[in-house]
Amino acid sequence: MSAGPSERGRRRLNTLAAVPDYNLSYFYVVVFFGAGAIFVAALLTVSGLVQPKKRTAEKARIYESGEEPVGPAWGRYPIHFYVFALLFVVFDVEVIFLFPWAVLFRDLGWYGLVEMGIFIFILVAGLFYAWRKEALKWF
Amino acid sequence: MVPGPLGLDPFVWLFLRLLIAVVLALVLILNGALVLIYLERKIQATMQDRIGPYHVGPFGLLQTFADALKLIAKEDFRAGQTDTAFFIAAPALVFSPMLASFVVIPFAPGIVGADLNIGLLYLATLGSMGVLGIVIAGWASNNKYSLVGGLRSAGQLISYEVPGILSLVTAVLVVGSLSMVRIAESQPGPFTNIFVIPLAFVTYFIAALAETNRTPFDLPEAESELVAGYLTEYSGMRWGTMLALTEYGNVTIVCAIMSTLWFGGWQGPGVDSGPVTGPVLGLLWFTLKTYAFILVFMWIRATLPRLRIDQLMSFCWKLLIPLTLLNLAVTATLLIAFPETKVPVAIANWILLGAFVLGLPLIQQRRLRRIRARLRERTIAAAPAS
Repeated sequence: MSAGPSERGRRRLNTLAAVPDYNLSYFYVVVFFGAGAIFVAALLTVSGLVQPKKRTAEKARIYESGEEPVGPAWGRYPIHFYVFALLFVVFDVEVIFLFPWAVLFRDLGWYGLVEMGIFIFILVAGLFYAWRKEALKWF
Repeated sequence: MVPGPLGLDPFVWLFLRLLIAVVLALVLILNGALVLIYLERKIQATMQDRIGPYHVGPFGLLQTFADALKLIAKEDFRAGQTDTAFFIAAPALVFSPMLASFVVIPFAPGIVGADLNIGLLYLATLGSMGVLGIVIAGWASNNKYSLVGGLRSAGQLISYEVPGILSLVTAVLVVGSLSMVRIAESQPGPFTNIFVIPLAFVTYFIAALAETNRTPFDLPEAESELVAGYLTEYSGMRWGTMLALTEYGNVTIVCAIMSTLWFGGWQGPGVDSGPVTGPVLGLLWFTLKTYAFILVFMWIRATLPRLRIDQLMSFCWKLLIPLTLLNLAVTATLLIAFPETKVPVAIANWILLGAFVLGLPLIQQRRLRRIRARLRERTIAAAPAS
């Protein structure tokens, strides 16, 4: 490696310098995601090369504690999961709104606090409504 | 742009650093899984008055290596009726977010993949992305056990996400930044955040147990009723990636979050002693704190029985979420009212924590009394009929 940036390196550096630093950080994120997928694929490939492969009709059957599986598992499931998912969406979006406020709330002062208090109060009222309506009850 | 060490071209250094980070994270996860599985088995054995693994290597130290080799060489068969594409994609879908979480964890002063300015939000987001892989695994398996396990996991993880993130927001209120590096740097003294917001720590700890599917919240893989939950149809290395690597990786991450947010992460005696000893000591403190929490997780697994799903859900929605919201409101109000000092926040938080710890048995007692009274009424009403 040369002591300073080479001519080509400097030119690439100038192009990169135009990119804000946080974009470089997200480059790490993208690479890590890709590396995860590649790592899993590589691991499974290596495993696939060394493992025995003897397929039988018994192995190809869905495991149901030794019983013959009756019908596919892709069917209806209890509505409760849906209700909780709805509630979760509401509260998760609320939490996303809380994050920017939590960083800046010292600058926003009482105004921001009251504003956020009203926002949370409406949601808590919604939670208590769901509670009274027995949406939180699990049968 | 950071100029590289040893006079490296900054551009080369950028990619070299990225490569080192990826390799280190992978090595950390693989090693962590090997060490943690061994520790888990040994500690549980000790707690149950057994010996645990001891055949392979001294003290059974090589047992997990042997297990890993066996998993790699094991036939990895797939049932015929599964949804092939999703079934194959699911392990990568749970593994990738876990790996990507390591980007923002500050291991030592100056040692961090990338210091994202929204680090904590990023971690929370990736935490919920793991659910997708689990639900997809459960659905694609075309197995009733897997389906129930996947759905339970979805219900549990999304529910406990809310109090978990609310506790994180409370910590952000005190620190004033979302960057993990800044959060660690903001707690130099012995009085870290745990003394200021202990209740947020306790609520996050509970939520973290639930989000990593650890006992007492391990309903998605409850072996006595669901075989192995969403993992039932997985075998060989597919199973190894999903369970061993991902579960222990996730446990490491939530414990790292806890040690960074509430215990100062790499902060400890001697972290600013020099350019070499500082990071080394920082890494040591960070590892010690993180592993201490992991050991508590294992202790809990050996101690507590599994919850029922209705208890799990009502504990989250009827107690944990209102409590974390209350804690958030109190903390924010007191921080605005007394901008200079954190003492009022600390006092309020310790009082709330005391109320939570002491109030929980009382609430439980009242509930039990009500349930018993209802049962007695029912038996009395049913008696003449029979």
